[in-house]
Amino acid sequence: MNKYITAYYLDEEKLLDGLKQVKAKGFKIADVLSPFPVHGIDKVLGLRRSRLTRVAFIGGAIGAITGFGFQAWVFTMAYPINFGGKPFFAAPSFIPVAFETTVLFAAFSMVFAFLIASKLLPGNDPVIHDERVTDDHFLVIIDVADGSSTDEISKIEKALQEAGAEGIKYKA
Amino acid sequence: MENLTFTLTKKIVTICLIMVSIGLFALVYGVVAGSGGERIAANILLNNYYFLGMGLIGLFFVAVHAIAESGWQVSVQRIGEAMSTFIPVAGVLMLLFFAFGGLHSIYDWTHPDHIDEILAKKAPYLNEPFFYIRLLIYFTVWSLLAYYIRKSSRELDSLNDIKYFHRLRKFSAIFIVVYAITSVMSSWDWLMSIDAHWFSTLYGWYVFMSMMVSGIALIIIILYLLKRMGYMTHVNNEHVHDLGKYLFGFSIFWAYLWFSQYMLIWYANIPEETIYYYDRLHEFKPIFMINIVINLAFPLLVLMTRNSKRVFWMLIPVAVIVFIGHWIDLYQLIMPGAVGGEKAGIGFLEIGLTIGYLGLFFLVVFYSLTKAPLVPKNHPFYKESMDYHTNY
Repeated sequence: MNKYITAYYLDEEKLLDGLKQVKAKGFKIADVLSPFPVHGIDKVLGLRRSRLTRVAFIGGAIGAITGFGFQAWVFTMAYPINFGGKPFFAAPSFIPVAFETTVLFAAFSMVFAFLIASKLLPGNDPVIHDERVTDDHFLVIIDVADGSSTDEISKIEKALQEAGAEGIKYKA
Repeated sequence: MENLTFTLTKKIVTICLIMVSIGLFALVYGVVAGSGGERIAANILLNNYYFLGMGLIGLFFVAVHAIAESGWQVSVQRIGEAMSTFIPVAGVLMLLFFAFGGLHSIYDWTHPDHIDEILAKKAPYLNEPFFYIRLLIYFTVWSLLAYYIRKSSRELDSLNDIKYFHRLRKFSAIFIVVYAITSVMSSWDWLMSIDAHWFSTLYGWYVFMSMMVSGIALIIIILYLLKRMGYMTHVNNEHVHDLGKYLFGFSIFWAYLWFSQYMLIWYANIPEETIYYYDRLHEFKPIFMINIVINLAFPLLVLMTRNSKRVFWMLIPVAVIVFIGHWIDLYQLIMPGAVGGEKAGIGFLEIGLTIGYLGLFFLVVFYSLTKAPLVPKNHPFYKESMDYHTNY
């Protein structure tokens, strides 16, 4: 099992200041858990932009092709019916359904991609580092490399303490 | 320190005046070259309506954000306010144009010998006195509200009293309600009544949304011009991003309305309705197709990624092309009915006159920009706008 140190904060401004200080000292922050989105935290942590939008685009494109293609197949090959003298391949009438399937596929692909990426699918063991993070606490996680000496661990703890963390815990 | 006072340099005035003279020259050229009264009249209506719409969207932009109490737009609010000063100018031009022959050249229902059973039933609404009364009401109400909204905003700035902000919101609320009705009715009056036998219930919103997209595009263009001249340094990527989102989103919504109107008429296939698209799909087919490609497909694909909405070198070409695209949209609304396939075209008359109107519009807008600081420093959301930041 990997070892890590958690430190919690009660205020988002203090959290941001603390993160900057800890980073300035050269420690790598593994993750920050927060009860709500904190403005500017992406820049501080140097996070890459979410790739969820690409999933949405691919899902939407598949949805559009599926919706349009399915109707084209049904109305020209599988079960052609004459509606009011329109041609069998009546493209304008396929668009509303293709639009809906685009939205549906994009939305579902995003939901499932999110659940998979954050390990929230049914059957996943939930990882809760600290119960209080589900309420109002901000939690900073710093990974501890295998075989670190107690000296190195206490260094990280000291840095967090100086950065204004309210409580620090070491988990092995 | 940022330069907050816009100065109208000789260079800007000269360029604008050259553009205006190109417009006048195009008009003279149209008369001399024998383009025909209908074509000239339809072009004046097109440009007058288009740039009136730009003024109205400038005002709408300010009003809707004042009502929503949104913060970010404070940084670009003055552009919208300056655009709204074109409304009375367009009003005077429109009135002169209709009074001196424009009305009869364009609208079939003004000719007593063209009145048939259908038009006779529409006569209580479509008659000349009532047409002029409505025109005067629209422009009086719009101009007054534009004046008061602008005045409240400037008083808020100079006198720094929150009561002027409440006043701004009050006038904005009135404008939103008034504009919801008048925008639809004015599009019936000036555009839909060209094809007086035909009607569509969502026409007004469709035209409004077309104006909205080009209005947002023009705000982006003016913002860019001001930035190039060294003003508006406080406007950062986040504000530009939001304008880009508007351009992207409203382009899709415009296409949604376009398609809603097209598909219902196509599906129902009632001759009195399909005749409208018959003209456009035969004599004006290239225009009709270009309209969809550059107003939907182009912004949809180019502005889809986040970065393209944030950088001017991507956003400006889209804004310019969409601005031209919605001019073409208006062209295909007016020309088939007012001029007809044989006589209509896009030549020096069309392009020159549009350049002329653009010059006049820029002259009015840039002149109005000198009248107030470029940022309302005492706006209650000023700080919020300057600190504006979004992750998405």
